[in-house]
Amino acid sequence: MDLKFTPDETEFRAEVRAFIAENVPKDAQETLRAGRHVSKDQLVRWTRILNEKGWSVPHWPVEFGGTGWDPIRQYIFLDEMQRAPAPQMLPFGHSMVGPVIYTFGSEKQKDRFLPRIANLDDWWCQGFSEPGAGSDLAGLSTRAVREGDQYVVNGQKTWTTLGQYADWIFCLVRTDPAAPKKQMGISFLLIDMTTPGITVRPIRTIEGGHEVNEVFFDDVRVPADNLVGEENRGWDYAKFLLGNERTGIAGVGATKERIRRLKEIAKAEPAGTGVVWDDPRFREKVAAVEIELKALEMTQLRVVSAEARRGHGKPDPASSILKIKGTELQQATTELLMEAIGPFALPYEAEEIEGRNEPPVGPDYAAPIAPNYFNMRKVSIYGGSNEIQKNIIAKAILGL
Amino acid sequence: MDFDLSEEQSLVKDSVTRLLRAEYGFEAREKHRAEAVGFSEKIWQSFAELGLLAILFDEEDGGLGAGPVQTMIVMEAFGRALVVEPYLASVVMAGAALRHAATAEQRAAIVPGLVEGSSRLAFAFAERGTRYDLARIAMTARPDAGGYRLDGEKTLVLHGDTATGFVVAARTAGAPGEAAGLGLFHLPADAEGLTRRGFETQDGMRAAELSFANVFVSQDAVLGDPQGAWPAIARIEAETIAALCAEAVGSMERMVELTVAYIKERKQFGVPIAAFQVLQHRASEMYMALEQARSMAIFAAMNAGEEDEAARRAAISAAKVQIGRSGRFIGQNAVQLHGGVGVTMEYEIAHHFKRQAMIDLAFGDADHHLKLVADAGGMDERD
Repeated sequence: MDLKFTPDETEFRAEVRAFIAENVPKDAQETLRAGRHVSKDQLVRWTRILNEKGWSVPHWPVEFGGTGWDPIRQYIFLDEMQRAPAPQMLPFGHSMVGPVIYTFGSEKQKDRFLPRIANLDDWWCQGFSEPGAGSDLAGLSTRAVREGDQYVVNGQKTWTTLGQYADWIFCLVRTDPAAPKKQMGISFLLIDMTTPGITVRPIRTIEGGHEVNEVFFDDVRVPADNLVGEENRGWDYAKFLLGNERTGIAGVGATKERIRRLKEIAKAEPAGTGVVWDDPRFREKVAAVEIELKALEMTQLRVVSAEARRGHGKPDPASSILKIKGTELQQATTELLMEAIGPFALPYEAEEIEGRNEPPVGPDYAAPIAPNYFNMRKVSIYGGSNEIQKNIIAKAILGL
Repeated sequence: MDFDLSEEQSLVKDSVTRLLRAEYGFEAREKHRAEAVGFSEKIWQSFAELGLLAILFDEEDGGLGAGPVQTMIVMEAFGRALVVEPYLASVVMAGAALRHAATAEQRAAIVPGLVEGSSRLAFAFAERGTRYDLARIAMTARPDAGGYRLDGEKTLVLHGDTATGFVVAARTAGAPGEAAGLGLFHLPADAEGLTRRGFETQDGMRAAELSFANVFVSQDAVLGDPQGAWPAIARIEAETIAALCAEAVGSMERMVELTVAYIKERKQFGVPIAAFQVLQHRASEMYMALEQARSMAIFAAMNAGEEDEAARRAAISAAKVQIGRSGRFIGQNAVQLHGGVGVTMEYEIAHHFKRQAMIDLAFGDADHHLKLVADAGGMDERD
């Protein structure tokens, strides 16, 4: 057991840090520091800079554009991206459909899609959840019927994150309603968002933003070439994908960056004759979160290091801890930010979502704080709700 | 970074585990506790034979020169088995005092007996008014003809009733509350003017009150600077907390294991109670608390020897907070999930519960250390 990073790993961290500092678009970094969401344009620019360096899909196999880094290096890279902060790669292509395509897809699909994911030429979104299929994803009912060399798709997907920008959607669809188990009749289809019959309807989320959508399919004709792997094996591919989704899900680096900002704000916000930070109770609440975060960071390193030993790509049920604890801390820190800003959380600025024209009410850092607190309630719900994660721990680790 | 055990570390782990499995089941432990000294002298000799009493001392002092990771491994195994032998008192605490304060000559005189198991030290620091701040030590050591005279009371001295000698922290200058002016003194248990009264502890061990009435110690009994022992005391405290964290994690691991096994076996309403989701989720939460605690025990081991005192304190305090909180959560829920049998002496779980409670209160509970971290401005990232 050697609990320090090796000199090579430390040198690698310095190299990554320097590259990010020199190359990350400054406007995107400012956006993130202010606790706001980056725009599509900012994300595309940064992805292309990384892709030119060969770092946009570091965890992929080298033959498809990956770096060959071991899990510790991938962890360091991600940690540096989050702490910089730099925009994080959009997961839908990068860590969801990309790995499914290079693992289960046809040669044609690999050639066609993978380079365009690495360069963010194609913006992907995810078509898994449905109004009637959330935690019980296998209960999905969107139908795909084979007609000649096409599938005809009818149904509805929901919670489609950033689907309004998407060029493509990867969907779980039911191809065999008569299968003996509901998991057995599902296929994995890649669908061009410009295909006739697709309608995208925005869902306004709790903070007022437009992040998620409903996507309706009305006799949408999809070439059979866009089936990934075998028909009715889609559930296997989905499980593989969800196992990869944990990459960075703990968000340790991002939470650290949020705590840094929290301290800055608490030291600036007037309270009594001093500032919020003077209150020992407030400082103890922050310290409690920092301690849990340190524990989580160590837990994440243990999971990553076990993965390095076990071989890449086999999901570890212990990653459910990362999801639960990581999201709890993301929520705790957004909550503390709101407590720090106090009454100046109140003003609602519609412009906040798309960019502001008028001077803010109160300090300029106030506007995104309440929206982030509202918005971050999602993290313990998505990606397999935290209750589902506890089921996984009970079953897969404790054998209950 | 590598969390795998080295070959040497695996050997230590295997040998401790093998010994405890053979000699330290729950019933055997009760027998060890019932012996006159409150633990098993035979087990203590087995520790000596395995080299466990030597691991922390440097090779030139007759030790094995192993580091905090091996201490962690040993203490974790001890925690699982609820070992009652005076390892923490003699090897970890008094051992740290010798390593950080004693001269080579002093170590040459004291360490061999400790390593072969013929002598055992206890570290006397606590007084009625010290609570969690060792700088509040009031007991005095007055210079007197080629040595010092010790006067005052020490309490809560772990395994102090059977120790063959003591390391005592006393004040040569300054006032209680000041870190400066403290010294460390080594003396035999039969020193003239020293009386002790042993008592049982809540967690099945032994401790003592010591009374010093004009006890003379010669100059060569002074460990290090008689007015400047604070840095050594701070290191003893850090290493002890790191060891306690590891012990607590071993005990928590056992509690989770026992609880999971129990709810699978216990039937009510015609089914094993593990079938109920509310218990599954509780068990999952216990498991998470365990893994978070394990991570922080590792973090404490990483930082116990850190040279930068502020960084060391922040790390050790952070670990103690996590261990206290996880230990309480796991302990309370382990008892709850065991139901009525959880609150009996007959079940192992109750004994873990009590040890956890006492570990939290040793060297500062979770709230105390949280305050220390908060007052230092939080966990600053120093990279």
